[in-house]
Amino acid sequence: MSLLSIRDLTLGIGGAEVLKGVSLDLAAGEIVGLVGESGSGKSMTGLSVLCLLPPGAVVSGRIELDGQDLTSLSEPQMRAVRGAQVGMVFQEPMTALDPLMTIGDQVAETLRIHRGLGRAAAREAAAAALARAGLPPDRFPLSRYPHELSGGQRQRVAIAIATALKPKVLIADEPTTALDVTTQAQILELLKGLAREDGCGLILITHDLAVVAETVDRVAIMRAGEIVEQGPVAALGALTHPYAQRLAKDAVLAETAPAPAPADGAPVVEATDVLRTYAPRRSAPWRRAEPFRAVDGVSLAVRPGETVGLVGESGSGKSTLLRAVLGLEALQGGAVSLDGRPFSPPSRGDARRLRRQVQAVFQDPYGSFDPRWRVADLVAEPLHLLDDPPTGAARRGRVAAVLEKVGLPADAIDRYPHQFSGGQRQRIAIARALITEPRLVVLDEAVSALDVTVRAQILALLADLSRELGVAYLFVTHDLGVVRAVCHRVLVMQAGRIVEEGETAQVFASPRHPYTQTLLAATPDLRRALAARGA
Amino acid sequence: MSVAASSSPAASRRATPALVLGGTITGLFVLAALGSYVWTPYPTAVLDVAHRLQPPSAAHWLGTDHFGRDVASMILVGARNSLAVAVVAAGVGLLLGTPLGLLAAARRGLADEAIMRGADLVFAFPSLLLAIMITAVAGPGAINAIIAIGVFNIPVFARVARGAALSLWSRDYVLAARVAGKGPGLISAQHILPNIASLLIVQGAIQFSMGVLAEAALSYVGLGAQPPTPSWGRMLNDAQTMIGFAPWLAIFPGLAIVVSVLGLNLLGDGLRDLLDPRLDRRR
Repeated sequence: MSLLSIRDLTLGIGGAEVLKGVSLDLAAGEIVGLVGESGSGKSMTGLSVLCLLPPGAVVSGRIELDGQDLTSLSEPQMRAVRGAQVGMVFQEPMTALDPLMTIGDQVAETLRIHRGLGRAAAREAAAAALARAGLPPDRFPLSRYPHELSGGQRQRVAIAIATALKPKVLIADEPTTALDVTTQAQILELLKGLAREDGCGLILITHDLAVVAETVDRVAIMRAGEIVEQGPVAALGALTHPYAQRLAKDAVLAETAPAPAPADGAPVVEATDVLRTYAPRRSAPWRRAEPFRAVDGVSLAVRPGETVGLVGESGSGKSTLLRAVLGLEALQGGAVSLDGRPFSPPSRGDARRLRRQVQAVFQDPYGSFDPRWRVADLVAEPLHLLDDPPTGAARRGRVAAVLEKVGLPADAIDRYPHQFSGGQRQRIAIARALITEPRLVVLDEAVSALDVTVRAQILALLADLSRELGVAYLFVTHDLGVVRAVCHRVLVMQAGRIVEEGETAQVFASPRHPYTQTLLAATPDLRRALAARGA
Repeated sequence: MSVAASSSPAASRRATPALVLGGTITGLFVLAALGSYVWTPYPTAVLDVAHRLQPPSAAHWLGTDHFGRDVASMILVGARNSLAVAVVAAGVGLLLGTPLGLLAAARRGLADEAIMRGADLVFAFPSLLLAIMITAVAGPGAINAIIAIGVFNIPVFARVARGAALSLWSRDYVLAARVAGKGPGLISAQHILPNIASLLIVQGAIQFSMGVLAEAALSYVGLGAQPPTPSWGRMLNDAQTMIGFAPWLAIFPGLAIVVSVLGLNLLGDGLRDLLDPRLDRRR
């Protein structure tokens, strides 16, 4: 007898069919992974259980919790179910908490509403719930505010709220997507432990099969509003639906080492002892404060045609270092040189000539284009760096040529960025980076926001372009799987310093620094997880 | 590979009732001001003492004043003055304030501090008192009313432009433009200004309505357009001693001010709904 039973759930929003007959069962104490790409309807399935759908949504089908049909409940009845019987954890820990309420009050609020507890009793229960979520009151007093906590700690507060009432069903929608890999591993472990302890059913919604493979009992793979395949996690190696197979294949990035880089040649870019400090906030105007060293004496070099990975968690200083390499930040020490000429701090005469040799692709495929510009103008923007920028037909021809190179249709040139999918936008961004025929392209988490299948396509495109054009990449990422798939060498950065550096295969096989070992152990790996669970 | 077909975001926005009503009222206001050059029921420069202080009738729809001038005609001609002063004053603010705001956002640091503290300084003055001071020094008249109102519009636009521009400066597409070697001036002109234009237009409509109100206030205290040019504020002033026996003299110019300000505010709200991309996602 299943605890939660979803039968033939269909959902329409404004005429669009979002869910087409989804059926899913969840037993008490079971953990189900609901996996799909963006737009597959996985989040909407989770929200349907809570009846938290956007206005205009038309639902049919049955959602039974312990034999009670949730779709037939009125809004006040549903409110009693939410939180008490079904708990939810959302993706973004930054916005899921009220910034003006202490964490103790936020947890206590749920308890007071549903249990009718008094202030003192609610605080006591809240402290217990937070302790269970890994925030013991002696180290994390109830009087803390969300902004005083890290992303992982905030997610723990959200989990404490969701589990305070020991709900029968817990739904976690991409709970770790916004977190670093080491934090991700801890949060997944916490969710799994709490679900086992309370005997509640847990639905883990994610876009990455590798993330759930180590945690869940059963996997349901969604595509375009339908569950195409579901089964125990051990059967992931023997999927039958072609889409499910592709998803599983793309979750494991090809480990074939990239073609060896030409070893000769002076470095394209060379950074020596780069120091970037920020003035901290002083506690009082007369007190001196030590400047915060975001990048602390880092040296790196990228040779022509080489792909170098720069790995680190948020706050490690990798983005700051990247901006320094791009010549966008003033440095407090050290230098960046390009082809042996000083690039940062910039010398007047060379700046334009050098800058066209280094271009960049940024993380967010939605935010990196001016929404009012057409693709033709967006891609042509770096031509500004040429001494004699082409105009009219010549300019259009150059844009068309580079768009073809990144695999976009010819009619893309007159469209606006919002008319493209995330993966296509990232192709436009690559086209923009390549139009000045640079020798180095800096990729700042360029594939992190993409679905796994699109991610695999973009990585393959980058590898092709590198072979064809001899362009070097500096690949900044937190995803070790990506590094292993495409990088010749890898640099591991922690707290502003590079703690380990070496050939990719060597670093992955025998990491020397403890931090690298922690990172590697925490990185979700579908094959390793399957091997561990199948055994 | 096919390109995902999706409609432009502009297509999903619709004109709200506020926009239609505000646009209609504003349109009538502008039409009254421009039309008065071509035709008014009676000439406003001619006194007709025989028909003075007549209540509204078929011959004089809104009555006549103590000189026998037709109130309807005076309101139509008075609209010219309100319109001209408010439009030019809003334009002064837009053209001077926006570049200051863009500069503050682009340069940050000392330039930002100087510009924004300057804006604070202007805001700290009671606006009507400063307007009175300016007109007292330079003499009353429409031009000085424009200057007095326009000065207060500069910091308003500077703040709106700076606030919106600051959030855009952290966008990746600005970073991409910097990687493309563009300087702060070029980025402000090509990326920042077009993306904050809708906010500035909305603010323009709001400042326009405040300009109408401010012009009425200045001419009410005798510092706006000088006689014999009709103006709504002075019509109110003239009417106040006669309000007991000729209430139409105060009611109709008052209504003209209220309706035109209301219309411009509705237009501003409607434009905000139509143009502001930040509200677009909520629907």
